[in-house]
Amino acid sequence: MSVIGESVPRVDAYDKAAGRTKYVDDLCDPHALVAKVLHANVAHAYVKSIDTSKAKALPGVVGVYTCFDVPEQPFPTAGHPWSTEVEHQDVCDRHLLTRHVRYYGDDVAAVVAEDEVTAKRALKLIQVEYDVLPFVLDVQEAMKDGAPLLHKKYPHNILAHTTNYHGDVESAIKEPGLIRVEGWYDTPTVQHCHIENASCFAYMENGRITVCASTQIPHIVRRIVAQALGIDWGMVRIIKPYIGGGFGDKQDALYEPLCAWLSMQVGGRCVRLACTREETFENCRVRHAIRYHLISWVKPDGTLVARKAECFSNQGAYTSHGHGVNAKGMNSIPQLYPCPNVACDSYTVYTNRQPGGAMRGYGMPQVIFALESHTEDIARKLGLDSLAYRRKTLMPVGFVDGFSKNELYSDTFNEVLTVGEKAMDYENKHRLYENQTGRYRKGVGCAVFWYNTAVWPIALETSGCRMVLNQDGSPQVQVGETEIGQGADTAIAQMTADAVGVPLSKVHVISCQDTDVTPYGTGAYASRQTYVVGMAIRGCAEEFKRKILESAFEYTRMQPYLMDIRDGNIVRTTDNRVLMSLGEFALTRLYDREHNEHLTAEKSTQIKTNAYSFGCCFAQVEVDTKLCRVKVEKIVNVHDAGKIINPALARAQVQGGMSMGIGYALSECMLYDQKTGRLLNGNLLDYKLSTVMDHPHLEVHFVENPEPTSAFGTKSLGEPPVIPVAPAIRNAILNATGVALNALPMRPHQLYPAFKDAGLIEELPDENKEAQHV
Amino acid sequence: MSDRQYRLVTCTINGRERTAMVDVRASLADMLRGEYSLTSVKIGCEVGECGACAVMIDGECFNSCIYLAIWADGKHITTVEGLTKPDGSLSDLQQAFVDETAIQCGFCTPGFLIEAESILEKGRIYTDQELRKLLSGHLCRCTGYDNILRAVRKVMYTRNGLPVPEETKEQPVVIQPEDIQ
Repeated sequence: MSVIGESVPRVDAYDKAAGRTKYVDDLCDPHALVAKVLHANVAHAYVKSIDTSKAKALPGVVGVYTCFDVPEQPFPTAGHPWSTEVEHQDVCDRHLLTRHVRYYGDDVAAVVAEDEVTAKRALKLIQVEYDVLPFVLDVQEAMKDGAPLLHKKYPHNILAHTTNYHGDVESAIKEPGLIRVEGWYDTPTVQHCHIENASCFAYMENGRITVCASTQIPHIVRRIVAQALGIDWGMVRIIKPYIGGGFGDKQDALYEPLCAWLSMQVGGRCVRLACTREETFENCRVRHAIRYHLISWVKPDGTLVARKAECFSNQGAYTSHGHGVNAKGMNSIPQLYPCPNVACDSYTVYTNRQPGGAMRGYGMPQVIFALESHTEDIARKLGLDSLAYRRKTLMPVGFVDGFSKNELYSDTFNEVLTVGEKAMDYENKHRLYENQTGRYRKGVGCAVFWYNTAVWPIALETSGCRMVLNQDGSPQVQVGETEIGQGADTAIAQMTADAVGVPLSKVHVISCQDTDVTPYGTGAYASRQTYVVGMAIRGCAEEFKRKILESAFEYTRMQPYLMDIRDGNIVRTTDNRVLMSLGEFALTRLYDREHNEHLTAEKSTQIKTNAYSFGCCFAQVEVDTKLCRVKVEKIVNVHDAGKIINPALARAQVQGGMSMGIGYALSECMLYDQKTGRLLNGNLLDYKLSTVMDHPHLEVHFVENPEPTSAFGTKSLGEPPVIPVAPAIRNAILNATGVALNALPMRPHQLYPAFKDAGLIEELPDENKEAQHV
Repeated sequence: MSDRQYRLVTCTINGRERTAMVDVRASLADMLRGEYSLTSVKIGCEVGECGACAVMIDGECFNSCIYLAIWADGKHITTVEGLTKPDGSLSDLQQAFVDETAIQCGFCTPGFLIEAESILEKGRIYTDQELRKLLSGHLCRCTGYDNILRAVRKVMYTRNGLPVPEETKEQPVVIQPEDIQ
């Protein structure tokens, strides 16, 4: 029986439960030198001079380095596969340390010291003189004439402006009788909050530089470190041990290049550069805040006639993943709700804030909040049932996207909506909860989404796999794709067991990646791994089995095509007779004095497909209109991610995404001081991450429509769960109160003015106002 | 350096009496990781917000990042290494975390295990709401907490000799399209 579809325990669960799993900080020599970075305390400035003399004089300080010491060449940081076409390469706009400070917290100098206390003391002794410049935090302000310019090459701070136009909106909207619905939707800057901070250490060995890093993308970081240091790519080795969550933040080169360079400055000694929690908040990456302006023209029956969308993404100070995040969201709009006349514009704009990078969902939680809020508003305005309206206007079965060639093969949307509707009893509750009065009001809401699997055709898709047959017949598997907590290694083990034909217990996955020995694979992002590594495993296993069965001829006298490997045995397929165990074969073959062979197979697989993944969220809330608080009482996610390799792990993954979605909806946002540009709540106390108190039971269902292009029928699941949660909650609040909230997070600060405007709460009497100020 | 002061700290760690000379400024987390290589003690924030560094001190759960090493003198300290039995087998609680898929990246896991162990050692049955409150000092970004809660609840019932209530057991629901009406 196949192990595909079985909820087997994680292959790394024992070690993690026993507290034995080693992460970056657990592997570093405790006596390694410590590096600390000096962050600018202004939002925009040129560094005029830096006096390091006092810091250098402090006993225990090994070296102090400034933005005037680092290599001149700029480098990119995004965790994208490299492109050999210059026009498709990531923007190179970073230096290891910068002379042009572009956000509050930018890196201007670094200290290497014998211990942490000394390093921190030395930072305080560095004196920096700045030429302070005006700064800008808001996208619309940054695009104006005369706004402070962050990068000379980009007038009006516009990194990119792309469009998605078809049909003719201007003519179409002349049709009489159309109803126009317009809205502005705002999403906040949020952080990944992986519990393990970003961390790395670097040392030289045999003239090469090794970096051990908490990264999702070891092979990509190798390339970026080499680019940043201006050395040959082969001179860099990246080791990725177990990591404590990434969620996209670690799909970027963070401090690995600087750490490598610092080690090289101190003679190749081991240097540790570990971010504090505050640095993870301030100096790593964030989810882009994107502002949407949507206008739709619909017939009274709901038929979409024309749609306009403007998407303004706050890139922050540096490009990182840049416009790709915004463009992905924009391009999803006419796919989710096809419309004959569409005019979409997306702008990604630099501001003096920390850079936006990749974060779970890559632009989709933002756009789906806007689009699913807007869709609800349209249905409401037309007096249509919002679920029926969605069923009518959503991407139809057979829809093919012209660019990705993705296809909706099954009646997925109707299926997931039916399952979700039933689990929530949505139709009944939605009717029941309209027109409530009183302080506490309940409501239900829903939202749908689609998501890609992997990055083809935007970028290269490739995955490498190596299999080695041990003497006991166990296959040892190595891939370039990374375990970051999501359970990749377990899925890899299950797929290998299935593809080779051995029991799961016989499969040994080499978990940690080392670019010196790991086959090339680009890593954990784009919810790609099970899809692409599945193809790599299947392809490699075919080769592996072919070699085994051809060699087995010598011992079984059977033609290879009459044999197969099943449950760890070589069997004759004509009568299912077991000819020899794989262990017996492996041992015999390896020590065969005539025809010895160490059986291995390696395959690099290019993938030129992509796949639509689908789902929806149904949420039920109770709103305390007086205290402007929202409590999520029940929440259900339904996903069609194709074949589910491991239902228990898949469900856990979905629950984690739902939790992140609830935080995005109700509590999480990074606040910046308008006077200085400084991040105000960069710690886990003031940044309101969901705790176990903040959600109800997270209910998960899967509808299984195996993906035809996938080696194991799978498609994306890692990122999707977070996507539909915030708009489902927003629409539930709308059902409860009649108030449409168009900005996240929907915390009391936002609810209070909205509820006041809607007449749900009365203005406080004057004496209370005064009392409050006291 | 001249302003550094050291003090001898003797405490019982995972059942064994240990002594080390520690910097008076060091946290207990620093001491456990640095002196004794007890790397299950995870550093996530260093200000007592995330709970990843939790250890048991005389039966109570503390964030070891904001507990000075010198305060541990004479105390009994348990880390996750101490929950694992000498033969390497897992405790019922650790095993429940494995069985209920309560572990993903694993970075918050030791803190949750220690907190849960200190809760369960009280020998009481708590409601879900009470359990949630008791566990709320620990942040997890991977799991959404559901499976962690279920694992702790399961051990709470079994340790008290009670059957695990049916409604608290849950299997993932994978639905075939033909079964949807």
